[in-house]
Amino acid sequence: MTSKILIAGFGGQGILFAGKVLAYKGLVEGKQLSWLPSYGPEMRGGTANCNVIISDEPVGSPIVDDPNVLIVMNLPSLDKYEKAAEKGAKIFVDSTLISRKVEREDVDVYYIPATKMAQDAGIPTLANMIILGKVIKETGVVSFEGMEDALKKVVSARKANLIDVNLKAIKAGYDFE
Amino acid sequence: MSEKVLMKGNEAIAEAAIRAGCRHYFGYPITPQTELAAYMAKRMPKIGGCFLQAESEIAAINMVYGVASTGLRVMTSSSSPGVSLKQEGISYIAGADLPALIVNVQRGGPGLGGIQPSQSDYFQATKGGGHGDYHLIVLAPSSVQEMADLTAKCFELADKYRMPTMLLADGTMGQMMEPVLLPEESGVTVEKPWALTGTKMQREHNIVNSLYLKPEELEKTNFDRYEKYSIIEKNEVMYEEYMMEDAEVCVVAFGIAARVSKNAVVEARKQGIKAGLLRPITLWPFPSEAVKKAAEHCKAFVSVELSMGQMIEDIKLASECKCPVELCNRAGGMIPSPEQVLASIKNVAGGNE
Repeated sequence: MTSKILIAGFGGQGILFAGKVLAYKGLVEGKQLSWLPSYGPEMRGGTANCNVIISDEPVGSPIVDDPNVLIVMNLPSLDKYEKAAEKGAKIFVDSTLISRKVEREDVDVYYIPATKMAQDAGIPTLANMIILGKVIKETGVVSFEGMEDALKKVVSARKANLIDVNLKAIKAGYDFE
Repeated sequence: MSEKVLMKGNEAIAEAAIRAGCRHYFGYPITPQTELAAYMAKRMPKIGGCFLQAESEIAAINMVYGVASTGLRVMTSSSSPGVSLKQEGISYIAGADLPALIVNVQRGGPGLGGIQPSQSDYFQATKGGGHGDYHLIVLAPSSVQEMADLTAKCFELADKYRMPTMLLADGTMGQMMEPVLLPEESGVTVEKPWALTGTKMQREHNIVNSLYLKPEELEKTNFDRYEKYSIIEKNEVMYEEYMMEDAEVCVVAFGIAARVSKNAVVEARKQGIKAGLLRPITLWPFPSEAVKKAAEHCKAFVSVELSMGQMIEDIKLASECKCPVELCNRAGGMIPSPEQVLASIKNVAGGNE
């Protein structure tokens, strides 16, 4: 199985970080993977996206043109990538920030009010982890078990105190129905 | 045995260089290779090495020239416009027969261009780049693992042949993260009796120089150097073949273009087209023999490049025009899609009814 994941949103939402968490979890699980960020004159509030491929086989091109897992955290990203998603793709939408519905009917869509859930829980910067929890639940691209090991690798030692709250956010998304 | 870690290509180069015994890095920041310099800035002071951000690229390459003359492993890195600035110094290093590593994480050009990935410095890298007759050994990684492995290889080859080497990557390779098994620690293994290490009043002075005012002498240095080059062309060619045994269409691509092309070759095979991939790892020396061999059983080549078509000239030369070579390209920071490569494969395969 090859998961071609595209995560997109505003700069500052932790788009690249969410991709990194997936990549490190894939690494811990011994999978083949690549992580490719959009780079350039990016800034907080601008657009950011990140391509992650996790596979049982060696990764060819690291570029995701036609995701089978699409995670969008703002409207411009949904507008831009909705058409690109593969037929049968799973699309994850932050329904707090995106009020419209996905128009395509040949994909599976999951609406999660991640930003609102994060605000309500007092962790306003962790909407990315909440939506990631849902992604892990619905796609099985990596397993939820052992998430802490991956977080330990991504979160720098200086910020180790944030591992628990990240884990909690992922769990909240994972349990969201 | 150490375990795999997740690293950006730029960081993998830096760590591999340190493990290869490089303790001197001189550079000037430029996107998309900045993580390399940043990594060096962080690590070098902790291991007794020297990280120096020079006042310009020209200063940086001349600092490399200086340290190289002492026989120590030394490197610089930049991206396309910065590497253009370094060309004078690179020519001097080649003219003085010194080992050094220059990394180019290419971006779109010409001019200041853009900051997205490109392969349009192929000519500059493989044909000399600066003034005078010379070559660099040029290695082209196509994974983060190779960013690390080929960095170590570059240092080894530079020492072995006493000449500058270049690692030619691109913005994608520099920015992407993949699992990487970092190479073991290594270091200089060859004698360097020519190095400027101080005579201690016990030997004659060594002289490192690229100025020869007597044309007879200068000619001899050129002849000698090209004799060395012919040995390298014979012994150091590296390439990878994928599905080439029975291929009718040979896709030639390096770096990120090879990654994209591999997807296209897999898809072509699914559709019953006998396509294969020939991936040069050394761009100089170019795998001419492998291309020539492919020309005997293939009916066409597709050169996939992030440029207006530069490597295609080497493919045409090597294949001696035995079969057509089609260019499949994007430029200016754009990357061909696997679909575009597949369309080119179908086009030359002639099965496009």
